[in-house]
Amino acid sequence: MIEIQHIHKKFGKLQVLNALDLSIQSGKITAIVGPNGSGKTTLIKCILGLATPDSGTITINNFNCLLNSEYRNDIGYMPQIARFPENLTALEVIEMLVDIRHSEEMYDNELIELLNLQKEMRKPLRTLSGGTRQKVSAVIAFLFQPNILIFDEPTAGLDPISSSRLKDKILKARQDGKTIIITSHIMSEIEELADEVVFLLDGKILFQESVVDILANTSESTLERAIAGRMANSMYVEHIS
Amino acid sequence: MRTIFKVFQYELRDVVRSKWVILYTLFYLLITDALFRFGSDTSRAMVSLMNIIILLIPLVSIIFGTMYFYNARDFVEMLLSQPIERKRLFIGLFSGLALPLSGGFVLGVCLPFAIHSGKIYDMSSFVMLLASGILLTFIFIALALFISTKTDDKVRGLGISLLVWLFCAVLYDGLIWLIIAYFGDYPLEKAMIGLTIANPVDLARIVIMLKFDIAALMGYTGAVFEKFFGSLVGITIAGSSLILWIVAPLFAGMKLFNKKDF
Repeated sequence: MIEIQHIHKKFGKLQVLNALDLSIQSGKITAIVGPNGSGKTTLIKCILGLATPDSGTITINNFNCLLNSEYRNDIGYMPQIARFPENLTALEVIEMLVDIRHSEEMYDNELIELLNLQKEMRKPLRTLSGGTRQKVSAVIAFLFQPNILIFDEPTAGLDPISSSRLKDKILKARQDGKTIIITSHIMSEIEELADEVVFLLDGKILFQESVVDILANTSESTLERAIAGRMANSMYVEHIS
Repeated sequence: MRTIFKVFQYELRDVVRSKWVILYTLFYLLITDALFRFGSDTSRAMVSLMNIIILLIPLVSIIFGTMYFYNARDFVEMLLSQPIERKRLFIGLFSGLALPLSGGFVLGVCLPFAIHSGKIYDMSSFVMLLASGILLTFIFIALALFISTKTDDKVRGLGISLLVWLFCAVLYDGLIWLIIAYFGDYPLEKAMIGLTIANPVDLARIVIMLKFDIAALMGYTGAVFEKFFGSLVGITIAGSSLILWIVAPLFAGMKLFNKKDF
């Protein structure tokens, strides 16, 4: 379980995360959504240790993430934009990560075949298209069979076939009991994948509910409309209280 | 140590395959060969080579370094999402760029040297030239890493790097001459030593000049260094100061890198 307690993060004068408390349950897909600049990527970066919160704690399975980097052995991350050293091949980047992690476990490279990457693995990464590099990034996220998977806009730039195969892989990972965090602006994708939705606004959680509850409570047919309705409701309650 | 080596190993592979390092090596190869081949006097060829090295190594190291580190930022993010300690990644990044660049320089200068070795009488001066070139590469890569860690904006970072080079390689000399012109009536020797230590390009120039034994001919600071310390002590002090010039920006950069938000 990922426990985020009262984290604050400021960039200059801009308060990006504001006393944020969040519990992310194991074995579920949690979608973090919100408008641009609401703090989604900063929250993910704080969990990954790429950004350090000004105050507050983040614990993963009772281990304080701010203490050292070992906890990242259990995390797979697919960033929004995948960029690699230009002159290395995808295979060399994977070899490097295997070397660095020094993991004895079996590697999950099923996505290489599923995403038709076999022919691209030995080409310099600078020659690959943005979408293909994104696929390499997806392979890396799953490679070490981590228990926690974090995806920042995973299907942006992918063709429909690759996108659906990646989503199938994410759903299969949930079946295997992995904890998955996903951010996306595509609400149909969230509806398809997520169990729970965390809505961020101005660095605070506006609401955290299961997809089923959001749909049921708003009587809307799509998650997009339901979230819009739920958002308006929460903002109204906040306004009058 | 293992992680540092792994990061270094793969970055080295990336940098060596980049055409810039090959062009850089070829440039030194051609220039050194031309100087030895067409120069009538080898010591004059070495002085010409020194002048090129002193200007060009800082420029290429700081600009190439700054650009490389900005371009590698997403790769750094990817590595930081792995179980890697930031200090180790930082040292790996530094050595992965500083070593191939200094390797390119050494190869470019040494190959023509091997061909024309019959013409060279003063081997130790040549070694000093190489050592100064390597130290300058390390210093300006460390400065590039510091600047690119400190400043998020690539254009601003490149501008700062260019200014640092311009200041160290060109403006500093003018500044010293201005001080001498205005305060020539006062005893300036000790102040000059301090000012020389504050500029790595001047330091490298003095190390080579003291070794060539032409310090007095090559400017005021060189003459002061020779007068105060003599050749050997002067070279030792200047050499140690150069090493300090690698350690200081590297240490400051590492402190920034450890706290940096990516």
